Amino acid sequence: MSEANTNGSPNGGATTTVADPPREKLTKKAITADHPTWCPGCGDFAVLASYYKVLEKRNIDQEKIVTIAGIGCSSRFPYFVNGHGAHFIHGRAVPLASGISLARPDLHVFLFGGDGDGFSIGGNHVDHGGRKNVNLTYFIMDNFVYGLTKKQTSPTSPIGFKSKTDPQGAIDQPVNPMKKLIAGGATFVARTHASQVNHMIQMIERATDHQGFSVIECLSECVEFYPGAFDPANPRKGGSFELIQEKKWDNTPEDELRHDVTDELAAYKLAQLPFPGVFGVFYQSDRPTKNSLEKKWIEQSREKVGNGSDVEVLQRTFDKMK
Amino acid sequence: MGEPVNPDVTAVQKPDPATLAGAPPSERADLRPENIQDAVIRLAGNSQDGIQTAGAFLARLAGRSAQEVMTYMTIPATISGGPSIFQVRIGTGEVLSAGDEADFLVAFYQHSYQDHIGFLREGGVLLYDSDNVEPNLDDKRFVYLGIPITGLTVEALGGTAKDRGKNIFVLGLISKIFQLDADKLKRIITEKFGGKDQSVVNTALMAFQAGYAYPVGNLLKHFYQFEKPEKKPGARDQITMDGNTALAYGLIAGGIRFGAGYPITPWSTVMEVLRRELPKYGGIFVQAEDELASVSIAIGMSYSGWLACTGSAGPGISLKTEAIGWASMAEMPLVICNVQRGGPSTGLPTNVEQSDLHQAIFGSHGDSPRVVLAPRTVEDCFYIAIEAARIARKYSTPVFILSDTSLATRIEAFDEPDLAKIMIDPKPNLTPRETHKPYPLDQITQHAPPGTRILDGKYPLMSGLEHDEMGHPTGSPKLHMAMTAKRRNKMRKLAEELPVPEIYGDQEGDVLLVGWGSTYGPIHDAVKRARENGEKCGSLHLRHIHPLPNGLEKVFKNFKRIVTVEMNDQGIYGYGQLATLLRARYCEPKISSFTKTDGLTFRVREILEGVFQGKSFAARNIPRDGAAIVHTDTNPENVKTTREVVPQGVG
Repeated sequence: MSEANTNGSPNGGATTTVADPPREKLTKKAITADHPTWCPGCGDFAVLASYYKVLEKRNIDQEKIVTIAGIGCSSRFPYFVNGHGAHFIHGRAVPLASGISLARPDLHVFLFGGDGDGFSIGGNHVDHGGRKNVNLTYFIMDNFVYGLTKKQTSPTSPIGFKSKTDPQGAIDQPVNPMKKLIAGGATFVARTHASQVNHMIQMIERATDHQGFSVIECLSECVEFYPGAFDPANPRKGGSFELIQEKKWDNTPEDELRHDVTDELAAYKLAQLPFPGVFGVFYQSDRPTKNSLEKKWIEQSREKVGNGSDVEVLQRTFDKMK
Repeated sequence: MGEPVNPDVTAVQKPDPATLAGAPPSERADLRPENIQDAVIRLAGNSQDGIQTAGAFLARLAGRSAQEVMTYMTIPATISGGPSIFQVRIGTGEVLSAGDEADFLVAFYQHSYQDHIGFLREGGVLLYDSDNVEPNLDDKRFVYLGIPITGLTVEALGGTAKDRGKNIFVLGLISKIFQLDADKLKRIITEKFGGKDQSVVNTALMAFQAGYAYPVGNLLKHFYQFEKPEKKPGARDQITMDGNTALAYGLIAGGIRFGAGYPITPWSTVMEVLRRELPKYGGIFVQAEDELASVSIAIGMSYSGWLACTGSAGPGISLKTEAIGWASMAEMPLVICNVQRGGPSTGLPTNVEQSDLHQAIFGSHGDSPRVVLAPRTVEDCFYIAIEAARIARKYSTPVFILSDTSLATRIEAFDEPDLAKIMIDPKPNLTPRETHKPYPLDQITQHAPPGTRILDGKYPLMSGLEHDEMGHPTGSPKLHMAMTAKRRNKMRKLAEELPVPEIYGDQEGDVLLVGWGSTYGPIHDAVKRARENGEKCGSLHLRHIHPLPNGLEKVFKNFKRIVTVEMNDQGIYGYGQLATLLRARYCEPKISSFTKTDGLTFRVREILEGVFQGKSFAARNIPRDGAAIVHTDTNPENVKTTREVVPQGVG
């Protein structure tokens, strides 16, 4: 991680000379802000706790943590984290976070949202964020329902789900988040469950380590408007939480049957499994990030202009216009 | 001007190409160039003929020769082809408008001739491709110069490129006729095509040479020569570019290193320049998947500490408005360029209109103050971008720059800016702070970008929800009122520092013409003409439209009528968009407007007709010197002076 005062711009430079006092290890207390406004029992509490845990464990410089969200119950997230952050408009959190990541590659950009933000109003941005492979981590709390607006059908509501906008039961085919994310081009695609905190922490850590557009879909129950939705995957409620067995590359016959996370087609097959499906990393690719490709282009361009100062570069351009 | 008109002026027969192929006839020795100060040259052809390229060469040459220049072009909205014009006005004195009428018309096709002969002033020269155009030679108002442009180009280039290159051939002809500096032009051509294959440069130079060597002297009595402008001692060199290019470099000079956009006419060329240029300064411009993403990415970049820009034309701005509302609420600096075109909806994508003013000022839900600026010339596109960036930073607010199609595409030469003095170092300030409030009620917001340590451990939050001073949500009615006032009051603070624009012409009198944006030149020239005809009038051109500078009411007091001149509709209540604002702001019944929506720039006499109805000088046919030429003889030998051919002081 770079020093606290570098601006992280590809052009380098700007450091401040003001003393940067020594820092203590990041604690949960330091990064806790407002008390969450979620309903008691909401799955999102566990997500918040897991996020704190990972930040604490990784001891990320507090000022470099950027927590971003769009609109929805889960998108209240930044208010509960004491760090730089923004609560943006519905569906556009991915581009907002992309802008931050691209202009300031030194920051840790974490993005939180729900199924409405990610798969409906902002669906296009999720595809393009993935296609561009912008370096950031996107955590989608999927509750299969619009909770903030009090129970309307969501893009992931199963057929037959009765909501205020589908009193007869939902009739539209729900989005398959894993398939959408992989097809869109995300380079780290994982799935977890809010009742499985350890697994969730593991996924967030792996997503954080991943260079590129990493997305985690987390089944996070809305106790108010879709209670019990994810019980089939919750062992404490009689369900089964089935993990993806990843290849260990140990040349054993068992390994043949395990999942190769770089195999896109195999990932689609896992994504096809009937609800509640499996959990873990579906797909991961080391395709170069937009951040690194842009950086390379900047370096080439800077070299071409002899690494001149801003004034020199513009003056030379104007000289050609005489 | 004012010289007696020679009745014997005239058209020209076709030269015999056979003679040309052999030993070219020698140039006439008695062709002494006639001095001129100002000429409007209109090239009319199809968009694929490269007339823009040829016109741009002329503009650059003028810029290099310290002359004033302004161009005007129309582009068809079709994907490829279609009639198109490129007009260049070159002057030794001040050139503020592209010219109402052409002094010299080049017609490549019959349709070019038919569509544009009406723009040729009486006594003007029609240079036409005699392979494609059959003009009505009986119309004796003009001087005809028929040259088989297509055939000669094919002949010169060996026919491999079909008739491509005839634009450069014509450029050669023009530079001979106007005695332009051929060496300089060849250098400009070489520079332009230099990045390509050497054969491209050679072909272009061959075409140019063929046009230049053509014995056009046999067809004209005189060549013309622009008076040499006096170069003031210590004057800076001129640079030549179009408005979109000036806007893009202005953003860079203003310290913008990051941005995002989505292609749309006529904004695209701004983002093309930024995409290409920003990496040289360590930044990037992102082509986003749509307008919503592009504004959001730009806001993210701004939030990260690097003031960013986005832009579009009207339809794209409509899509961006929700996010711009957020920038207003979260008090995020952002520069938004709107290169306006004809609307609403897809409208007239390649025509000019100033109908997005209200959208820029009011285009949002809720009370969402923002700043709106409008450049008045190509040069001003550069400087206003710097100002927009400065205001965005100082007041932590979105700032609109309203350009338009006419500024976007027209080329002007202007004094090169003193970059060492004006360029902004944009690096984010990440100095650790003891404590930080993003939204203090008693101050103008200045954000601490992420990466800034806040030593008391309380980090700021940017929010679209109404918030308290730390950015945390609040439903308090009192706080909503206080924060709404905070966001509005900084605009009032800004208004205090804005200068009242100078009035051109009479400082008090009968009529004050008020304009904004690209109409600056024609309004200025209209006032000039009106004053020459005894009117007591002046003009005031607003660069800062929202907020308005303080003190305009004092200016308005001094005139009996205030008339805004705008390229938008008079609306349901009969007033243009600026007039509507001014009337609301000043409760002044003497404010009215003259508007139009034909998708074309104002001509000076349109403004005169609109503002000074019934006055003789404003009549459609403005009597002018030299206009009464009666052509009786088609023999070019009879052309006596340049003034008969290339009229002076078009306006």
